[in-house]
Amino acid sequence: MVTLTINGQVIQVPEGTTILEAARQGEIHIPHLCYLKGLNEIAACRVCCVEVEGERAMVTACNTPVLEGMVVHTNSPRARRVRRTNVELILSQHDCKCATCVRSGNCRLQAVANDLGILDLPYEAQLPQGLRSKWTTTFPLYHDYNKCIKCMRCVQVCEKVQSLGVWELTGTGGRAIIDVSNNRVIKDADCALCGQCVTHCPTGGLRERDDTRRAFDALADPDRITVVQVAPAVRAAWGEYFGMEREEATMERMAAALRRLGFNYVFDTNFTADLTIMEEGNEFLQRLKAGDLAKYPMFTSCCPGWVRFLKSQYPELVGQLSTAKSPQQMFGSVTKSWFAQKLGVAPEKIFCVSIMPCVAKKAESELPTMATEAGPDVDLVLTTRELVRMLRSDKLKPAELPEEPLDDPMGIHTGAGVIFGATGGVMEAALRTAAFVLTGENPDPDAFSAVRTGPGLREATYEVAGVPVRCAVVSGLGNARELIERILAGKAQYDFVEVMACPGGCVGGGGQPQSLEDEELYGVRGERLYQLDQAAKLRFSHENPAVQALYSEFMGSPLGHKSEELLHTDHFAWSMPNESPDQAETGVYACR
Amino acid sequence: MSRLSIENPGQAQQVLSGLYVDMERRISASQPGLCPVDMSLNFLRLCHAQTCGKCVPCRVGLSQLAVLIESVLDRTAGLETIDLIERTAQTIADSADCAIGYEAAHMVLKGVRGFREDYEEHIKTGRCICGLSHPVPCVSACPAHVDVPGYVALIHDGRYDDAARLIRKDNPFPSACAYVCEHPCEGQCRRRMVDDAVNICGLKRYAVDHAGEIEVPQKAESTGRRVAVIGGGPGGLTAAYYLTLMGHQVTVYEQRPKLGGMLRYGIPDYRLPQDVLDRDIGHILSAGVEARLGISVGQDVSMEELQRGYDAVYIAIGAHTDKKLGLEGEDARNVISAVEFLRGIGEGRVPDFTGKRVCIIGGGNVSMDATRTALRLGAEEVTCVYRRRVEDMTALAEEIEEAMAEGCQILPLQAPARIEADGEGKVAALWTRPQLIGRYGRDGRPKPGDAQEREFRIPCDYVIVAIGQAIEAKPFEAVGVTTDRGAIQADLTSSVPGLNNVFAGGDAVSGPATVIRAVAAGKVAADNIDAYLGFDHKISCDVEIPPAHMTNTPPCGRVNLKNRHLSSYSGDFSLLKEGMTAEEACQESSRCLRCDHFGYGSFKGGRKKEW
Repeated sequence: MVTLTINGQVIQVPEGTTILEAARQGEIHIPHLCYLKGLNEIAACRVCCVEVEGERAMVTACNTPVLEGMVVHTNSPRARRVRRTNVELILSQHDCKCATCVRSGNCRLQAVANDLGILDLPYEAQLPQGLRSKWTTTFPLYHDYNKCIKCMRCVQVCEKVQSLGVWELTGTGGRAIIDVSNNRVIKDADCALCGQCVTHCPTGGLRERDDTRRAFDALADPDRITVVQVAPAVRAAWGEYFGMEREEATMERMAAALRRLGFNYVFDTNFTADLTIMEEGNEFLQRLKAGDLAKYPMFTSCCPGWVRFLKSQYPELVGQLSTAKSPQQMFGSVTKSWFAQKLGVAPEKIFCVSIMPCVAKKAESELPTMATEAGPDVDLVLTTRELVRMLRSDKLKPAELPEEPLDDPMGIHTGAGVIFGATGGVMEAALRTAAFVLTGENPDPDAFSAVRTGPGLREATYEVAGVPVRCAVVSGLGNARELIERILAGKAQYDFVEVMACPGGCVGGGGQPQSLEDEELYGVRGERLYQLDQAAKLRFSHENPAVQALYSEFMGSPLGHKSEELLHTDHFAWSMPNESPDQAETGVYACR
Repeated sequence: MSRLSIENPGQAQQVLSGLYVDMERRISASQPGLCPVDMSLNFLRLCHAQTCGKCVPCRVGLSQLAVLIESVLDRTAGLETIDLIERTAQTIADSADCAIGYEAAHMVLKGVRGFREDYEEHIKTGRCICGLSHPVPCVSACPAHVDVPGYVALIHDGRYDDAARLIRKDNPFPSACAYVCEHPCEGQCRRRMVDDAVNICGLKRYAVDHAGEIEVPQKAESTGRRVAVIGGGPGGLTAAYYLTLMGHQVTVYEQRPKLGGMLRYGIPDYRLPQDVLDRDIGHILSAGVEARLGISVGQDVSMEELQRGYDAVYIAIGAHTDKKLGLEGEDARNVISAVEFLRGIGEGRVPDFTGKRVCIIGGGNVSMDATRTALRLGAEEVTCVYRRRVEDMTALAEEIEEAMAEGCQILPLQAPARIEADGEGKVAALWTRPQLIGRYGRDGRPKPGDAQEREFRIPCDYVIVAIGQAIEAKPFEAVGVTTDRGAIQADLTSSVPGLNNVFAGGDAVSGPATVIRAVAAGKVAADNIDAYLGFDHKISCDVEIPPAHMTNTPPCGRVNLKNRHLSSYSGDFSLLKEGMTAEEACQESSRCLRCDHFGYGSFKGGRKKEW
């Protein structure tokens, strides 16, 4: 242990602790912007500078380990001056129009500047102008050069956690900015659209493309029937902005809020999560029996960030993806076929919206393979954050709303569908149903819980009806890359692998609310989903009565002709920007 | 009132003079990877600030050039702007009244012609081609990329064994390099922005002199693959060492009786004592490298045999043959090549120059070694003859100064014309043609030409020729290795084109260079041979690096190594330089700015823990 004094208070911490963490233990809070524990300890913003007795210059609290007998002052006149001036300098290169910023009220820079009581700036604003400030308006990820404070968190999270390195510090001197690496533009980059850069951005420098106006327009259109689906992970996080307890921010309360926004039908993506299990579970058993998985496993396909990653990084493995569409896209297909038929309307009449914890879902819904002559299966994808913005804009206070049931039939779901939102959930749900298909009996619903705790690699081999099934679950693309490298090197062999692009799965998704205190919330959000699963009356996808009705009334059987047409997709029918079309072509022939 | 008065610079001018010096140091410490367009703009602004304001091209033109280049950087320019920049700069270069204007314009022209694609990239994409990477300057300047801040911090902590271990991760010749490395690491040391480069080489010597016996790191599991290395110099032994650590079985073929190559047979003992070199070689051999001494490939064993008998062959034969002057009288007795001369001494054949007059021809490091060695052999008069100026000599400035201080004469601007022999066919004198230094050539150096003066006669007993080295490539050419202008052709991965399992590197490929470049080549070869054999072994070192200090030390003089006090150099081949004292090493190591932690280092490129 090391003993030091901070602002006159004697503090004891383990060796190696930084000044910032040591101060925090003594309830002394040192303002900081760029620091992100374990990921970005680079002392770039210089806001956490403190005075250490005996040292000539100021010392950054975020990356300096404590020393025995150290005497630190965090609020000396010099510390105050340095902190204030550095924040003023950051503000001089930041577009300070907070009133028109998505992060207003949830912005670290705004909080630090307001706390310091900075009322006017002594420096002239220096913002990139003209072409240097332009970003594409159509890509689902938006980078605002003028709000970016170059904290480098996005660079680090993309490189260290997601192993993609899409972001880079480019240019020199005063023109140094964060931009897409290797002189690419974002549309040409191999960005998975996981959105982890967005959730780790301290300001409005990164956000999703805002589609709320399109949603309001559709809601106002008397000729459209608006149908909304809500992904499992959204219910675990949407109440955070409103300061609601997770138990209070239920799906049913969200249904009430969505109806007040004007949606005609409120459904649940959990319904198609159950449907995905029917298709993907059966597909897995079929491919396992056919010997398709002798060399490489079958990969889950419900995470579009992961699909984009695999297509751009390991095109040779794309054939191993399950051909099942993701729950979002199955929902779109079912809505515009079965549900339209039930309503007796043309599919074009329906405007299908999804609320997702995800940025990549926006891109997925826009794929050429996810549409029919009647238009896209899913018309619009909103992130959890955009949902919150819509609720705020209509001054809806969810805590004051009653709980309302979801609509039939696609509001019905099982606990197996809910856990899709957490890493390991798809695997667990699939194994529950696979066991039933093979034995005709339901297993203990918690029999496959060993794959729950994430985000790193989890492995388990389950005997399902006497057949050993080697499973692996991983979340975070860096972890996924490690796993794939091991699989390709022949160091690991599996039958079924679940991958989610975001650490912790969709609960930690790139479309989820950001924490002002930089907390990683996938753990507590995931727990909430497992609570919902525990409490669910039905915990097996194949027991979902609405799914059963869908098959008997319309779809036939899993992997049947209609299912193949509506619920499965061709991953080779589109390319990532870095795949040459030729490669995609040869991919088709090589892998089939 | 008096008509004349003593002029003293004012306070402002005095401060400014100091700032000029600061700026000079700062520019010399520019890290690699800076945006050339941005740098051009800022050089131009500095030039414009020097303008007196009298003439149009300089006063207005430089200002408009700056606006134009800024528009390129701001991405408001079009591609035609580059032509306008070039046209304007050319006009200023053609019509400015004095050098302040036309030289500034020449700098812009050099840039706009030399890196036009960077200008275009800025206009088209708003970016720079170079990208931005600010690696740790010393680590990136070192050809072997040794973790300099790491070992300097370890030295400061008194952990000399760990320092040596860390160096060996990238360079198995820490001792030899501590004595004779040309230390390119110091060239761009960021400490120069404060005062002067850290004496990295001197610190390394302190570490190796104070480190104990170090065990070889854990070797990888034996792969059963066999590699032959031809040449037991620094490059060959480096490859052998790392390949052995990677689990391969390596045999080194050395034609001389001892290992070490030029380090043993080219560098005199007063710079690198044999026992210092033996420490490194002992460590390398203790890893399990097998050495077959006295075996010459091409004579005792054929290249084909090696290709057949081993999975891979690394050619690291160095450049050990001499180049001829092509002068009249060169075949006279007592005309010797420097390489032969130094090698003879390394092998124990020490000539006696007592009372003799010796001329050395050439201006490189080998020439300085020969010059100073001749003095130590008792020569009465030692003259180094060089056809350019002293400042154009390629030898390290320190070597030249020391040679002069020891009493050798440097005779610049004299081109050797012929060698005069006496009746017995022995050297009697060297005739030279006086030279006039002239215009700058393509290589950026001023060229000498014959001056209108009479030939000059230097009476002497010996002529030592040190004008470069060549290689002996015949045995390798026989199996298909190609050479170009006396160098073996190999690509940047050291692989020899057209030959499956043959690799080459070091002086034999690059031409005569430095120890550290040979080491770097050996490292590259080891890595690529490992990959060629189908493996992906990593070389790492688990030494924990001490955390950086909190704030840096104020400006402080650099500790330079001092020479031992000697009453006479004659006959004294013992080590000349004294190492640092404990006090000096402690102070000098505290001057390191820890670029691995501060600045870009903490973000990216701080530390590569393995290769």
